[in-house]
Amino acid sequence: MHKIGVFVCWCGSNIAATVDIDRVVAEAKVQPGVVFAKDYQYMCSEAGQNIIKDAIKEYGLTGIVVCSCSPRMHEATFRKAASQAGLNPFMVEIANIREHCSWIHKDKEEGTEKACVLMRAAVAKVTLNTPLKAGESKVVKRALVIGGGIAGIQTALDIADAGFPVDIVEKNATIGGRMAQLDKTFPTLDCSSCILTPKMVEAKSNENIRLITYAEVEEVSGFVGSFKAKIRKKARYVKEDVCTGCGVCMSKCPSKKGLNEFNMGLNNRPAIYIPFAQAIPNVAVIDSTQCIKLNTGKCGLCEKVCTAKAIDYTQQDEFIEEEYGAIVMATGFRPIDASKFDEYSYSTCKDVVTSLELERIMNAAGPTGGVLLRPSDGKHPHSIVFIQCVGSRDVSGRGKPYCSKICCMYTAKHAMLIRDKYPDVEVHVFYIDVRTPGKNFDEFYRRAAEQYDVDYIKGQVGKVWEEDGHLVVRGVDLIANEQIILNTDMVVLATAIEPDPTARKVANMLTASIDTNDFITEAHPKLRPVESPTAGIFLSGVCQGPKDIPETVSQAGAAASKVIGLLCKDKLTTNPCVAHSDELLCNGCSCCEKVCPYGAISYDTHLINDHGVKETRRVALVNEALCQGCGACTVVCPSGAMDLKGFSNKQIMAEVEAICL
Amino acid sequence: MHQTEKETAELIKQISGSDVKKCMKCGKCSATCPAYGEMKFHPHQFVTMVAHGKVDELLRDGTVTRCLSCFACVERCPRGVEPANVVAAIRVLAEREQGGSNFVPDEVPALIAADNEIPQQALVSAFRRYRK
Repeated sequence: MHKIGVFVCWCGSNIAATVDIDRVVAEAKVQPGVVFAKDYQYMCSEAGQNIIKDAIKEYGLTGIVVCSCSPRMHEATFRKAASQAGLNPFMVEIANIREHCSWIHKDKEEGTEKACVLMRAAVAKVTLNTPLKAGESKVVKRALVIGGGIAGIQTALDIADAGFPVDIVEKNATIGGRMAQLDKTFPTLDCSSCILTPKMVEAKSNENIRLITYAEVEEVSGFVGSFKAKIRKKARYVKEDVCTGCGVCMSKCPSKKGLNEFNMGLNNRPAIYIPFAQAIPNVAVIDSTQCIKLNTGKCGLCEKVCTAKAIDYTQQDEFIEEEYGAIVMATGFRPIDASKFDEYSYSTCKDVVTSLELERIMNAAGPTGGVLLRPSDGKHPHSIVFIQCVGSRDVSGRGKPYCSKICCMYTAKHAMLIRDKYPDVEVHVFYIDVRTPGKNFDEFYRRAAEQYDVDYIKGQVGKVWEEDGHLVVRGVDLIANEQIILNTDMVVLATAIEPDPTARKVANMLTASIDTNDFITEAHPKLRPVESPTAGIFLSGVCQGPKDIPETVSQAGAAASKVIGLLCKDKLTTNPCVAHSDELLCNGCSCCEKVCPYGAISYDTHLINDHGVKETRRVALVNEALCQGCGACTVVCPSGAMDLKGFSNKQIMAEVEAICL
Repeated sequence: MHQTEKETAELIKQISGSDVKKCMKCGKCSATCPAYGEMKFHPHQFVTMVAHGKVDELLRDGTVTRCLSCFACVERCPRGVEPANVVAAIRVLAEREQGGSNFVPDEVPALIAADNEIPQQALVSAFRRYRK
């Protein structure tokens, strides 16, 4: 005999304004099996929880339905309350009458009717609930960080600091990421590599951190606490533990046509190279597309000059397999391709550069040794025009609909640095809005305009073209309400940033959800900003959304603290709502095995006693530790053998029937 | 038919299909416009004027029709506002104005009777032209 209790929450006016609570309570009272129904202003409050606990004890309730907000918000609260009163926590059902009802309805009559329907469905389901017991799973005390930029480095350092081993997997030959390419950083104008390289060195020397560079994660299986990853370490053709980083090979290499990726392709590098002076590991790598020896079999100069005998042309990709308790995505960003904006002549005029290219031009280790020179003829420019929002806030399909967040500040930084170092250079900045929310940010921008005399023009540029050896910019000054034509020597485009193209692949591998712009989605945009909805996957840096260095470092620390919190646990409680197969009904078709995204289903031959007939059959088996309770197998199972605990086919049908009543 | 200024603005929005609320006031249309100096009001301004329902002055000012219909503003607008379509709508409105045509339909039979060699296209384009 069921004794169901129904508890209807007002959620202040969130629910009560659109749902007639009294009617829901009255209708609940007449549902089959319901022996108690009550409403309260805030069911999640301590007083509200006590109403539930008291009712369970007083009426000996066998199941309860709470009509309130989404189970994502308070299911755990009510389950805990139930279990404190001696009821199995899986005998609690939530009817979501807020997100699914009151918040989306304006008409109280309609809202009330829907709330009643949702309540009826939950009551119908709870009468078929069975007590479930959560199991336990292990926690592998090692973390994986994917991406070795400032986000990945900081996350790894913080995790390592807490005493847990961490692996950083970086796709490039060195860690450092985008920050290593920057010249100075806003708003303090300190040198980027001066503050980054100590962290890189720390990551290299920390005994809890293993750097796996020039490598990519290829496969991930498992679940929170117990992931298994397969990492491909690409062939460097240089023995990492033998190379001393002396650089002699670089100077002797006859193939010098490879574009220098670190300098954004502004100059060339040899086929064997160390990405930059402070690279970590300080080990050469051979670009197999450019190497003469690897392509024709002749040359071998680097092998001859290498005194350490580190060159190995026969090196193959290696695979590393490792178990991890938690995985952090720190895959970073890249600027979008500016050649899509042909009105700015980026692909046809050498003196039209992107901001990241300007960073390299301004940097002492860059192609011009830090001297501001025009890329076309190597002459000193006398005038520079900056164009903001190139591809940001653009819904035309050529750009990105979001604000890239960092451009206003780095443009102010560039403008200021140029005016400081070369006072003879005129600097104009075309802007739509100057967005500088951040500590000391607006003061920084105003300093560029007021102290350094940077000419900020409210308006956009419509066209850039080349004429008689200089560039012509046609733009508009919206404040003066006039179209202006400027002759200039260089144009700098503040191109939008987008997630690194590897983010999508990695996210798919980790079953982490991504948004329409390929940024990784947080579990909650406000309250769980560094976690992915997939348990055990954490987010660090721009892969989650545009952010600057200070924000990235704070987020990296936040992600690390979440990882540490997880790795500190000895055991994790598993979700008991997993699939199970009725071996009497299973026909051994393998449909479930094929759809299972977690590899939780396998097949085995069992001796079955089918109503007195004994025979050996091939049947499905569910690994409860791997099953995430998604229910895909129950949908494809043609014989109805597969069922999900807590969401059985019978329960779902009972809900549907209650809705259609 | 008498219209209020606001109604005219609504009509312009309807004819042009341009969603002027999408404008983020970046000015790229005006930065791009090759006929900028020819017009009293500029692309970013007439988008704002339509958005604010202040279109009488825009309609009275003939220079807006010096728009070349090159559609550079439509091509380059990052928000898909389509300023050139606003100009096209203003042209259509002018054509719709009664009494603005070079001649009225009633005069046509007499014209054809007087000169039956007159090309059909000339008649159609004469309807489209207007006096101000």
